[in-house]
Amino acid sequence: MKMLYPSTPSRCIKTAFLCLLIVLAMAGTSFANYDYINISDPFQKRIPMALPVPVSLSENQQTQQIAGSVADLLHRSLDFTGYFTLIDSRAFLDAPGRQGIATREINFKNWRDIGAELLITGGVRLEERILQLEFRLFDPFRQELVFGKRYTGEVSDLRKMVLRFCDEMISRLTGDFGVFNTKIAFASETQNGKAIYLCDFDGENLRRLTDGIHIALSPAWSPDGRSLAYTSYKNGKPDIFVRQVATGNEKLLADHEGLNITPAWVPPDGTRLAATLSFEGDEEIYLLTDSGKVDKRLTRSWGVDVSPAFSPDGKKMAFVSGRAGSPQVYVMNLETGRTSRLTFEGRYNTQPAWSPRGDRIAYSGMSGGESDIFVINADGSGLRQLTRNSGKNESPDWSPDGNMIVFSSTRKGDSSIYVMTASGSDQRPLVDMPGNQSLPAWSPPVAAP
Amino acid sequence: MKKNISLGLVLVMMMSLMVFASCAKKAPESEETPMGITTGTGEGAEAESEAERQRRIAEEEIAEDRARQAEEEKAKFLDTKIYFAFDDSSLSAEARETLLAQARWLKENRGRTVVVEGHCDNRGTEEYNLALGSRRAQSVKDFLVNAGVELSQIVTISYGEEKPAVRGNNEEAWAKNRRAEFRLR
Repeated sequence: MKMLYPSTPSRCIKTAFLCLLIVLAMAGTSFANYDYINISDPFQKRIPMALPVPVSLSENQQTQQIAGSVADLLHRSLDFTGYFTLIDSRAFLDAPGRQGIATREINFKNWRDIGAELLITGGVRLEERILQLEFRLFDPFRQELVFGKRYTGEVSDLRKMVLRFCDEMISRLTGDFGVFNTKIAFASETQNGKAIYLCDFDGENLRRLTDGIHIALSPAWSPDGRSLAYTSYKNGKPDIFVRQVATGNEKLLADHEGLNITPAWVPPDGTRLAATLSFEGDEEIYLLTDSGKVDKRLTRSWGVDVSPAFSPDGKKMAFVSGRAGSPQVYVMNLETGRTSRLTFEGRYNTQPAWSPRGDRIAYSGMSGGESDIFVINADGSGLRQLTRNSGKNESPDWSPDGNMIVFSSTRKGDSSIYVMTASGSDQRPLVDMPGNQSLPAWSPPVAAP
Repeated sequence: MKKNISLGLVLVMMMSLMVFASCAKKAPESEETPMGITTGTGEGAEAESEAERQRRIAEEEIAEDRARQAEEEKAKFLDTKIYFAFDDSSLSAEARETLLAQARWLKENRGRTVVVEGHCDNRGTEEYNLALGSRRAQSVKDFLVNAGVELSQIVTISYGEEKPAVRGNNEEAWAKNRRAEFRLR
């Protein structure tokens, strides 16, 4: 099993408080339940799921309020994944809370009858400011507990506890980690400039990272999720900076003459970055050390070379080049240096993003004044269009589990950040804020707190 | 009788007045030379400073004209924009002609450093447009250098689509935004 939460010094205190106790009987601990969600096409069929409001296990008003918040967050988070159809609570045959929440107290037939293939029961206990949440995931058809967990912490840890359960649940069902512990960085217009913003996977906890006075754009996550590289005009021209997300420490990485744009960390270790520089007179992609020294020039072609995006093993680089007269996506094998053109449909294909499983590349393709998100296999086969007739859809990036894509869209006027499943379904806005938002970047599984 | 006398008197006075007037006109001419040689220093300096003043006033006026003209030329230089076709950084015939005038100004103002800004419309994607804006600024720089402007007088910067001249999503707005601009450092 993957280690989901490698503990880090900065998180130790919180983690200690949010001690995670696995005390419930767990019939299915040793075998994985991957057959619920087909990982190769997870959105083919949504799993009908019942999610009654958690039961109050302590006698006070606040417990009930918290139960309501837990139900709401659980509902929104699981709905976000696109895996499930959440059954309307008015269809429930069992009133939430009337029956017990443990296996022997569940009337599985009542849940089967409304078509629930999965059921989550929850309990909330608040005693002396210590919050305890317990969740059980059931399979009403097999009449068994899939798994159960109890979390103990402070009331302010509620969101973290619920999202940990969601993460655990997705991990149990898909064999892969979930996105509930991830963040999304993007650029947004401010009064006078453009700033890098950060929010949770679901748009919550929105905050601005850069000053908002100068233009800052193109955020790129380090593979460990702790740092963001981006371009900023704070010194009067486009230079690349790296910021530690947790501390806010910012350092200048590259300020060569001309352009210093489109940074991308080279996976898997992130000890080097690629970026487009123009100090030699032409816009070329270079490898930089993590202290900003030019290590190697990667592209050698007349015309623009920009927007590097690496395969997860760091052995191949997708990028955009104008070498054929119009911008197209190319793939370079970094070991052999061999470069081949990936996109042939359309006259303007840019912003490649390599999927975390390494098999596909998302990009934005333009025709006329409109742009759309496309996904193509890394070998150039299997082209699919994910958006259509909805303005400019640009700058796709994958969720770290590869099941979702974040992108920008002008479908409602100004450019906003949207999320959809990797098959293009469930397109919905992520954040609601004024001005244009663009260039979203989805963090690795463990993003800085 | 009395009337006749007085008429004759007036006539005589008029005539003598005329004679006096003509004499008065000629008098300075005949007297100037000896006066200038002997005792005329004070009066002569006064005349000279008057001439000097006239000359200085005239000179100042010309200088003012030149300053105004220079200001106008500078304003025109800064107001000039070079426009580009979509996804293109090459210079049109019109752009080249405009740039010759820009080069002339820069050659007349060797002490000035110009920042050439490359801009794009918002149709392409942001990162590619940053690179395209860089190429547009570079095209302008190359042309100016070929036209005799010192390399050290030109700095380029790309703003991609980040600083549109006009807002809008139509060809008119796009055409105005695909441009190179000039500012002095």
